[in-house]
Amino acid sequence: MTLLEVTGLHAWYGESHILHGVDLFVEEGETICILGRNGMGKTTTLRTIMGILRKRTGAIRFAGKDMMDVPLHRTAREGLGFVPEERGIFATLSVEENLILPPVVAKGGMSVGEIYELFPNLRERRSSPGTKLSGGEQQMLAMARILRTGARCLLLDEPTEGLAPVIIQRIGEVLIELRDRGMTVVLVEQNFRFASKVADRFYLMDHGRMVADFPVEELPANMPMLNSVLGV
Amino acid sequence: MMTIFGIPTAALFGQLLVGLINGSFYALLSLGLAVIFGLLRVINFAHGAQYMAGAFAALLLLTQTGIGYWPALILAPLIVGLGGALIERTMLSRLYKLDPLYGLLFTFGLALTLEGTFRWFFGTSGQPYAPPAALTGAVNLGFMFLPVYRGWVVVASLAVCLGVWLLIEKTKLGAYLRAATENPVLVQSFGVNVPLLLTFTYGLGAALAGFAGVLAAPVYQVSPLMGSNLIIVVFAVVVVGGMGSILGAIVTGYLLGIAEGLTKVFYPEASNIVIFVIMAIVLILRPAGLFGKDA
Repeated sequence: MTLLEVTGLHAWYGESHILHGVDLFVEEGETICILGRNGMGKTTTLRTIMGILRKRTGAIRFAGKDMMDVPLHRTAREGLGFVPEERGIFATLSVEENLILPPVVAKGGMSVGEIYELFPNLRERRSSPGTKLSGGEQQMLAMARILRTGARCLLLDEPTEGLAPVIIQRIGEVLIELRDRGMTVVLVEQNFRFASKVADRFYLMDHGRMVADFPVEELPANMPMLNSVLGV
Repeated sequence: MMTIFGIPTAALFGQLLVGLINGSFYALLSLGLAVIFGLLRVINFAHGAQYMAGAFAALLLLTQTGIGYWPALILAPLIVGLGGALIERTMLSRLYKLDPLYGLLFTFGLALTLEGTFRWFFGTSGQPYAPPAALTGAVNLGFMFLPVYRGWVVVASLAVCLGVWLLIEKTKLGAYLRAATENPVLVQSFGVNVPLLLTFTYGLGAALAGFAGVLAAPVYQVSPLMGSNLIIVVFAVVVVGGMGSILGAIVTGYLLGIAEGLTKVFYPEASNIVIFVIMAIVLILRPAGLFGKDA
């Protein structure tokens, strides 16, 4: 079943037109990864699907429901969870307060105990202020707090940015575990090697639209094209 | 007669008590301002008018319907808080997208409108409001006589300040408030109705002002201008404490009240300006305020 269905999506930041007709389909339980250079609209795509960016046209359907008129504070209740690039850990809240902040929107989310098993570091530091954690721990916390809510689809923006290889590997393990649990993930990522280990399918984004779409098996065949678009 | 530094102890403690009473009102009012500013980023110039409205609500409840002090202590803040929530929802909330100056101008206009309306109906002369029978009289503390009502003001304000602090620091609702202060968009994307939270917060701030107004009614006279006399000092308290700092607003409120009281004893000529002198010094040494986070 197609869980997330985006067609002809346009979006604007003020006067600047960022998305120029994005088409994106995500099957339930699938992990897809959006590749692309900086400034091509990857983050904007996630923010627009989530409904944070409201100046938008086109169609977004999630679990069959039209999301265009759903206000931002209702989007999460439909089952979409957003982990921003800057992680958004709150300094005035403890680690545990950060973790239990997002309201539970559906059954099937992890309990706090399960989350602490998956991320033992967070348990040890649960009473420290959220921003006293290391960058890697903050990323874990940002993901963990959405896992608790029972969201069906995780919109994950550059989770590995600025992190050490050992932490990146840990995040990869968590994503694979989430996939095994049936979670749907839309990942924006610059780290190619990381993405090729966790994603089922790739979208390539250029100048505000999707220019290619292929499963992970076809990654080697697409490398020359990727290299020329990504300029690596 | 006992003296300390050549000052009769009775005068010293008397002024300390006056300072503590004033400090109680400063703390309650600056707490409300800090709560509102922290989340809404609006400098609520209507705060003094809402304090006045709380006092008038108590007075009118008594004279029009015979409802006494104790129910008024709950009802008047509720009335002022609901009024504040209504104003936030219908008017103030439209200004968040604009320059913060618009919020300031709007609440300033609201203050003038409220004060003008009450002046139209009640004139400028103050009207007395008798303290409840249970809180009349005074007790002899040995070193001074303590009017019971004034002691009650200090206790009630401390209790409410502590309650609001606990609400913000220890509850789930408080966690939403703190998080939304940092990043409202993200909190809303989690599924929290942030616009409603803003309405609640403005209502809470207004209710705190209304509560201070009821407490003040038996101490000062109930008059349309009682708020504008006080609000300038309260803004100074908020600045000294650190804009938006909850704890800063409470602690600074009491401290500056006491500082003002002590100045009345030792150098009465300076008592009207001491708070502003302290504000100037604090702004020079710590521009973010005593409890503010340096930007």
